[in-house]
Amino acid sequence: MTGTEKPGAPAGVAAQPDAGGHFGPYGGRFVPETLMAPIEALEAAYLEAKADPAFQAELDDLLTHYAGRPTPLYYARRLSESLGGAKIYLKREDLLHTGAHKINNCLGQVLLARRMGKTRVIAETGAGQHGVATATVCALFGMECVVYMGEEDMRRQRLNVFRMRLLGARVCGVASGSRTLKDAISEAMRDWVTNISTTHYLLGSALGSHPYPMMVRDFHRVIGVEARRQILEAEDRLPDAIYACVGGGSNAIGIFHPFLEDTAVKLIGIEAGGQGANLGEHAARFSGGSPGVLHGAFSYLLQNDDGQISLTHSVSAGLDYAMIGPEHAYLHDQHRAEYTSIGDEEALEAARRLARTEGIIPALESSHAVAEAIRRAPRAKGEIHIVNLSGRGDKDIDIYRENFVELDAQGPDYAH
Amino acid sequence: MRIKALFQRLREQKRPALVAYITAGDPSPDRTADLVAALERGGVDLVELGVPFSDPIADGPVIQSASERALAAGTSVASVLEIAEQIRTRSEIPLLLFSYLNPILRFGVDALAREAKRRGIDGCLLTDLSVEEADKTVEAIRAAGLDTVFLASPTSPQRRLELVAKYSTGFVYLVSRTGVTGERQNIEASLETLVRNMRQATDAPLAVGFGISTPEQAAEVGRLADGVVVGSAFVRVIEQNLHSSDLEAKLEAFARSLSKALHGVAA
Repeated sequence: MTGTEKPGAPAGVAAQPDAGGHFGPYGGRFVPETLMAPIEALEAAYLEAKADPAFQAELDDLLTHYAGRPTPLYYARRLSESLGGAKIYLKREDLLHTGAHKINNCLGQVLLARRMGKTRVIAETGAGQHGVATATVCALFGMECVVYMGEEDMRRQRLNVFRMRLLGARVCGVASGSRTLKDAISEAMRDWVTNISTTHYLLGSALGSHPYPMMVRDFHRVIGVEARRQILEAEDRLPDAIYACVGGGSNAIGIFHPFLEDTAVKLIGIEAGGQGANLGEHAARFSGGSPGVLHGAFSYLLQNDDGQISLTHSVSAGLDYAMIGPEHAYLHDQHRAEYTSIGDEEALEAARRLARTEGIIPALESSHAVAEAIRRAPRAKGEIHIVNLSGRGDKDIDIYRENFVELDAQGPDYAH
Repeated sequence: MRIKALFQRLREQKRPALVAYITAGDPSPDRTADLVAALERGGVDLVELGVPFSDPIADGPVIQSASERALAAGTSVASVLEIAEQIRTRSEIPLLLFSYLNPILRFGVDALAREAKRRGIDGCLLTDLSVEEADKTVEAIRAAGLDTVFLASPTSPQRRLELVAKYSTGFVYLVSRTGVTGERQNIEASLETLVRNMRQATDAPLAVGFGISTPEQAAEVGRLADGVVVGSAFVRVIEQNLHSSDLEAKLEAFARSLSKALHGVAA
């Protein structure tokens, strides 16, 4: 959140929500009354912190010296040349401490929690990246940390469960519903409403009740601010397209937002296409969903005809969620950003391709964005594209092993 | 106007209302009308019919499980309306539809309000609808002639209590403590302050819920409030007797133990 350039948007597309946290008709505050006063207090504390140069300075210092910002904007020459079209740059959020962009928001919010006098931090996690980042900042600031995680995700992301525990966090498995991110958020909200006096809920995506979508976005804007500066330095012009995967949408809104005003820059969000187009087989909220209320906000949502929230599927736990962040819903309706989806198989293949052409193993979430770039780049000769490589693939090694069994065969390679 | 009439009558009788929450469709939609009849025989004055939801963030494990059972049994907003109609064929007990917002949005607020009125529902409480977001919804529900009940919480400052009072008709639902629904050992001291502050904001009847599960607790709360809401404890009786032919009798007996405790107790 370096505040050096002004936030902005073309005429007709608002860069900020209204006072009630609405992006057009989306967002807002849909929570039980018990949470309203704490949410108002959080908003007041955030706005005060945002205007406080000391808060900004401490955050910037941590982002630089602890998290490892700025992250490189790397020209992926071999990948680009193999596709024979656009020049593809990677915004290397995967190189950040803890392995994903999530740390940007966690550092911001933990400073805010400390400022509000909270001693306990809770979080939800899907892929475990946000849980790890939360456990990390809690260790750094000596705060008690409890992370809620669906049992299905705990199975899929065992390595991250262990990392969180090693960092001193308690990981609470959630056995209700689909046992994934949505259930972890519900459980975290139940904890928060019970322990509001001591506890800050460190929500990890641009979701939930106002001020979370705005605040989480603000903490991730640094991605887009850096990328904008870096591409101007490297190419002396703005990119033609930016790709980012969208679960809740935090890495996407972080890189999109500083480009809202640059209407020639195509903003492309990639949802999880999973294994098919039927409800329950994917997490593509725009093509398969409709607006509704979940977890504190009004936005596009996968639901059945009776308003019950659908189960979702993605090979990537971080994209496996029924709702998209409200600002994305707004950018979608305003046609300022475009949203598409990539299925499990194509994402896996994109990961392998990036590993083999660039020596970079991406997180499965980010692989969805890489895959869309692979689709489009060949037809975009002369263009410049940026992929937000939001996380690295270490946490997904077990899933890659399951899916690339031929690489996991026993015996030394030279014997073949 | 059944809700208003109820609280007027009870004020004359100098006793607080016994309000029961159950999840409609738990264990199956065809049982709910009988369960409500049992509650009424046991002395329940008003029933909150819960619409099951897949992601009940304000509820503890007991009501979460009830929601899951009701959904597994095929309960929908449409079937809850049918249940209300069945209840209305044989009872005049006031009915409050208690729901998370999304199933109602999906059904359509206007259609829901109209249908609810037609089937004999008296009011709506939407758990995750904050007063800030409520204007259109409240307008539609009131236009159909239904009451709108909102929650007030120990965390609500006076400014919010006044907003909640303004948006509520029939009665105001005070949440006795922070946290999700579910039985608790003790009634929190902060409740007295909340009741006092709310009385400054409104003359409407005040019902108190969350955590009340025993006759003793009901009596304690009944001394402060105009209504005592018991939810999870009733749902637990249902959960423990899912396959028992005694379910209605046990619900009735538990309701009676609570309603007896409220007789002679005046706020």
